[in-house]
Amino acid sequence: MSSIAELKQLYGRGKKRKILALLAISFAIAVAAIVSISLGAGSPRFNEAMQVILVKLFPSLGIDSGSAITQIIIWNLRLPRVILAIIAGAGLAASGATMQGVLRNPLVSSYILGISAAAGFGAALAIVFGLGVIDGYGHYLVIANAFFFSVLAMVLVFFIARIRAMTSETVILAGVAVGYFFSAMLSLIQYFAPEHQAVRAVVFWLMGGLNTANWESVQVVFPIVLVAIILMIFQSWNINVLSMGEDVATSLGVNSKRVLTVTMVLETLATAAIIAFTGVIGFICLISPHISRMLIGSDHRFLIPCSALVGSCLLLCADTVGRLVLQPTELPVGIVTSLLGVPFFIYILLSKRRQSWR
Amino acid sequence: MALKIVINKLSFNYASIQVLKEIEFTIGAGEILSIVGPNGSGKSTLLRCINRILKTRQNTVLIDGKDINKLNLKELSKIMGYVPQSSVCTFPFTVFDVVLMGRKPYIHWSLSERDYEIVAETLDFLGIKELAMRHFNELSGGEQQKVIIARALAQEPQVLLLDEPTSSLDIKHQLEILLILQYLAQSRHCTVIMALHDLNLASRFSDRILMLKKGCIFAAGTPEIVLTEDNIAAVYGIKARVTNSVVDKPQITPLMPESTSIKQWKTPLSVTAKTEAIV
Repeated sequence: MSSIAELKQLYGRGKKRKILALLAISFAIAVAAIVSISLGAGSPRFNEAMQVILVKLFPSLGIDSGSAITQIIIWNLRLPRVILAIIAGAGLAASGATMQGVLRNPLVSSYILGISAAAGFGAALAIVFGLGVIDGYGHYLVIANAFFFSVLAMVLVFFIARIRAMTSETVILAGVAVGYFFSAMLSLIQYFAPEHQAVRAVVFWLMGGLNTANWESVQVVFPIVLVAIILMIFQSWNINVLSMGEDVATSLGVNSKRVLTVTMVLETLATAAIIAFTGVIGFICLISPHISRMLIGSDHRFLIPCSALVGSCLLLCADTVGRLVLQPTELPVGIVTSLLGVPFFIYILLSKRRQSWR
Repeated sequence: MALKIVINKLSFNYASIQVLKEIEFTIGAGEILSIVGPNGSGKSTLLRCINRILKTRQNTVLIDGKDINKLNLKELSKIMGYVPQSSVCTFPFTVFDVVLMGRKPYIHWSLSERDYEIVAETLDFLGIKELAMRHFNELSGGEQQKVIIARALAQEPQVLLLDEPTSSLDIKHQLEILLILQYLAQSRHCTVIMALHDLNLASRFSDRILMLKKGCIFAAGTPEIVLTEDNIAAVYGIKARVTNSVVDKPQITPLMPESTSIKQWKTPLSVTAKTEAIV
């Protein structure tokens, strides 16, 4: 009987360490958020920033709310941007972790289903020709188009993969094919675009950025991403079992096709909702799961939340850096994530003794 | 609990190729059944059909009279454990994590006292307790196979299906794994169905043997009945000598292929001259 107690203790110790890691990353996000809010153009200082937030949250306190311009910078520009970075990072990274797990492939990101190219195509259609799936114009049309075509890509992948069998190989191959199709369509639009301005706008959109963040985008993206992440976490045990192969999953009572379909839908909704507002932000969804696996292992009950937190932290930091380095202009966050992320990623790859995939 | 499995006219096609034709047999609780046959004879496919990894027609696989197609996957996973031919784990999981996966049919979210108990017991039973926090991918082939068997046992199954459980293991691990299976069959009345390549191991450890040829049952019964020189010649196309082993079971010594496409073999090397004389 002592062996049970022993095992429990060993496992309990591991679990405690994982929870501590989650708390530590959450704390890092909070610090990064405060720093990010207090830095930037027009620079209201730290205490001014906190003052504005306190006034907005608790108007009854009667604190002096500072100047109107400070209020606008903090409350209407920086705060929603920081929050959107946290949400977007979490959603992209959790999607990446889920898809890597379900498809048993460390090279998979949340764009594996051709979502990024499809979203880009949708956005370009709206930007260049003003065509779209809703009867609107400008900003909203881009968002609606990007979202619609992302979901369309997923649906295409689903039906192509289903012709043979819903296995990880067919899904990945179908995803790559659909991705190439949409990126060809995107190139076609750029090639035939009547004006250079529009092409420039498309390129800018594709680089991804959080500069258009506002409360409205937060309100739309937050509930979708939150629900998707929670439902992904509910799939943790299924994903764990699936990582030993589809046959084994079946023999352990898990319907691998259903799990694959459910996670594909969740992943697409979260990713599409995010990139419709931010453009394509790469790399976060690829490296956050790897960093997390090195930190806390592969149990998806912890991996998905950890990956979400790591993603938030990385995207927030990258966006803050992108906002500050070239003041008064900004570097698109997609470029920053890759430029900063790649060396960091290679460093942890080389410094870590244990391989975290094979 | 006595559990009887009946296979009733089971056929299976991959696309247009028929892999299994009208397979029929019955196996009772606590029996060890080995499925033998050349590569491609349908051994793995048969195991996968029994475990519903591959779906078959209604009423072809019955457990205690119940069609497995009418059970849901979760119910089935509490009855049957499956050990695949090879196991890869793409991401790093500890041995504890892997064995815990066997508790999946019983777990909702967090672990119960019973889950810890079963995992600890199983690890202890297989003598791999000290590996619990090691990473699965860093273990040797023999250790990995024990972990995978532990995972199947954690399901608390009454039936164990194993696909080549001893392939690529050293001789000690082969023996250990089969002794474990024998113990499970005899003392826990677990029904063991396994595909095996090694006819001598099959001979020693099986109650009954099913010999497949091109998806059909060629011979079935006790090792003495199935493992004859004629059957081996007909199914594998080799000349073999069957003698009585020290454990009083048929022992197979393979001698020469009856015909071969490999040219050098047609002119026997000096080493095979002695064999040639026996043949």
